[in-house]
Amino acid sequence: MAPSSDWVMIGNNEAIGLKAIAAVSFERFRQAVIEAVAGEARLSALPVWSPGDSGGLRVIAVLSLPQRGELGLLSAALPDRWPSLTPHCPAAHWFEREIAEQWGLTPEGHPWLKPIRFQPCRRHPDGGSRSACAGLTDFFAMAGQESHEVAVGPVHAGIIEPGHFRFLCHGETVYHLEISLGYQHRGIERAMTGGPVPRSVHYMETLAGDTTIGHVTAYSHLLEALAGATVPARGKAIRAIAAELERIANHVGDLGALAGDVGFLPTRDYCGRIRGDVLNMTAAVCGNRFGRGLIRPGRVQWDLDGGLTEDLLARLDAVEKDVTGAVPLMLDTPSVLARLEGTGVVSSETARDIGMVGVAARASGLECHVCAEFPYGIYRLAQLPVNTWTGGDCAARTYVRWFEVQASIDFLRHQLLELPAGPVDRKLSPMAPESLAVSLVEGWRGEICHVAATDRESRFAFYKVVDPSFHNWFGLALALRGQQISDFPLCNKSFSLSYCGHDL
Amino acid sequence: MLKILKTRFQQKYRTLSYPDGPAPEMPLRFAGRPVLDPGCQAGCGACRSACPTGAIMAAPAGGTLSLDTGRCLFCRACEKSCPQGLIRFSRDHGLASATRQGLVIETGAVQTVSARNELAATLFARSLKLRQVSAGGCNACEADCNVLGTPAWDIGRFGIQFVASPRHADGLLVTGPVTDNMRLALEKTYAAVPDPKIVIAVGACAISGGPYAEHAEQHNGASSVVPVDLFIPGCPPHPLTILDGLLKLSGRITAVENS
Repeated sequence: MAPSSDWVMIGNNEAIGLKAIAAVSFERFRQAVIEAVAGEARLSALPVWSPGDSGGLRVIAVLSLPQRGELGLLSAALPDRWPSLTPHCPAAHWFEREIAEQWGLTPEGHPWLKPIRFQPCRRHPDGGSRSACAGLTDFFAMAGQESHEVAVGPVHAGIIEPGHFRFLCHGETVYHLEISLGYQHRGIERAMTGGPVPRSVHYMETLAGDTTIGHVTAYSHLLEALAGATVPARGKAIRAIAAELERIANHVGDLGALAGDVGFLPTRDYCGRIRGDVLNMTAAVCGNRFGRGLIRPGRVQWDLDGGLTEDLLARLDAVEKDVTGAVPLMLDTPSVLARLEGTGVVSSETARDIGMVGVAARASGLECHVCAEFPYGIYRLAQLPVNTWTGGDCAARTYVRWFEVQASIDFLRHQLLELPAGPVDRKLSPMAPESLAVSLVEGWRGEICHVAATDRESRFAFYKVVDPSFHNWFGLALALRGQQISDFPLCNKSFSLSYCGHDL
Repeated sequence: MLKILKTRFQQKYRTLSYPDGPAPEMPLRFAGRPVLDPGCQAGCGACRSACPTGAIMAAPAGGTLSLDTGRCLFCRACEKSCPQGLIRFSRDHGLASATRQGLVIETGAVQTVSARNELAATLFARSLKLRQVSAGGCNACEADCNVLGTPAWDIGRFGIQFVASPRHADGLLVTGPVTDNMRLALEKTYAAVPDPKIVIAVGACAISGGPYAEHAEQHNGASSVVPVDLFIPGCPPHPLTILDGLLKLSGRITAVENS
């Protein structure tokens, strides 16, 4: 279904004057979003902000329209109460909960309205809407002779970030898993407002530390769009090289962790080390294993000079050899496949309905990949193949990761051999005032969406971050239905979502 | 089975010989221990305004600068800003200190920083079990703690192990600035560790709040909630920096003079 004519279309990394975005009545806005998402569109962001002058709140829907390769924008004044979009548009589920919590508002008829982060309300910072304690909220309950609950976290058994998981079980079967997050909330979006300041780029680099390159790339694109500039080709290529190193490192680490969770130790041990070898390649580029300090708006801070490309190519060959030994070893082992296949299934309909993105969505057969749909930077010139699988189970998510590792290795080699010459930086003019821009990036987990608008003084009026985990945590909850608790580590690792990226 | 053995053979033996052998070489562009050269005309303040976390301070007497590695993100903004080129980052990975004050680097000074802990060097010398708590960490410090368990680093050979329960632990390793939402969980986890116990703070966030310092949503690091026995700076610290800290803590290696 084509979106209604109210939508204003822009490209990825394109700025637009705030006044050019159509403002319609909230009822019309609501209908337009529901209709568009029922068609081909993805709801990528739903930022709310207070423009200040009128005293009211405004909401902007940011839709991704993959078939057109464009982003649709529509705005409305946000009332204190509105008929919830979620019953008609499940992908709005988490967004409406976020808005309700951040602004103290009520989407009426929302099926399960409760906090997602346990953060202070922005309109009434001292108000009573905040729960006394993270995780203290309503949970689904189930009664019956064999029914019981298992609560895990926020502190987990391994070295991982905190989150609270509550399993509703009947006998051995999990009927539902509730995921309660917010333990990592550090106030990033609040602190970004009024920026940029020297710390802004560091918020982006530590927003989700394993996705440093992904988020700082989105941030840089946004600032460059608002300043009307792009970096030279060599800078774009180095950013993509860093992004693919990040993708390979995380996927290899996750493949190893999956092997560990099914008890196949050889692949776990090899992949744990190979992941480090890839992180060390990033460190060879910029000194930091996570890519801190490499990318800044308008530039990359380190060039690939002095034989570094040759060094990286040699290391890449070694990584390819090792990983091609380690991963197929697991995938050729029948007992490993038996454990992965049929575990934690998310159908493509469910994935589509709840708005899943990235690796998990592709494993459910959805062909969503920002590099192909809304290409940016060097991906406009060099293609990264999109790999999908149809099972929607842990095996599918494992295969998609493995295919992406191989595709990224090929892409990297090509980029390193064909690295454009020239400078790596461009002087940025100040950001345009009263403008908005959207930046989509395919991080290793999936679609990263940053949206920002500037005020009259060209400072951030708001800065909105949507990590792929924001879309996918609910998918993990649904994957657990009808499974056993012992399937949880496997399902969790096959999704491999970010806690801090969600909590901000 | 034969394929597993063949792959095992191909993947080779990879565990580091360190600390018996040489330490692995750090990347050429690695930002390790900062060095402040004397000769600052004190006054331009470019480094202080470039620093995102206020890690650089001028001595009250004037003239000399100091840099707090507990706040430092190792982003090199100060190094780039100094018109005289007096600030530089060496490739020295050894950054850990048993005291908060030991993290402050003075201009031109030769400092010997101790990271030794009597309890860790005696009672826990041969077996140190740690419970890791991420309290707002971004998953970078966590990842580089995790990596110490892989075959290349293999901290198990030092008797150090990350355990699943605080009841099984001799201490905590904390990452993250301690978000308000994790404060209670950290307090409870600390209380669940049997006495005597130690606490290790890893990364700028856990030491000072890092980039989130002074945010209302967090508590400026672990020492606001629990007593800290070892500070390991970095954003995130390199695995070798963390390992170095753990080995110095238990007295397996000793601090060398840093100049």
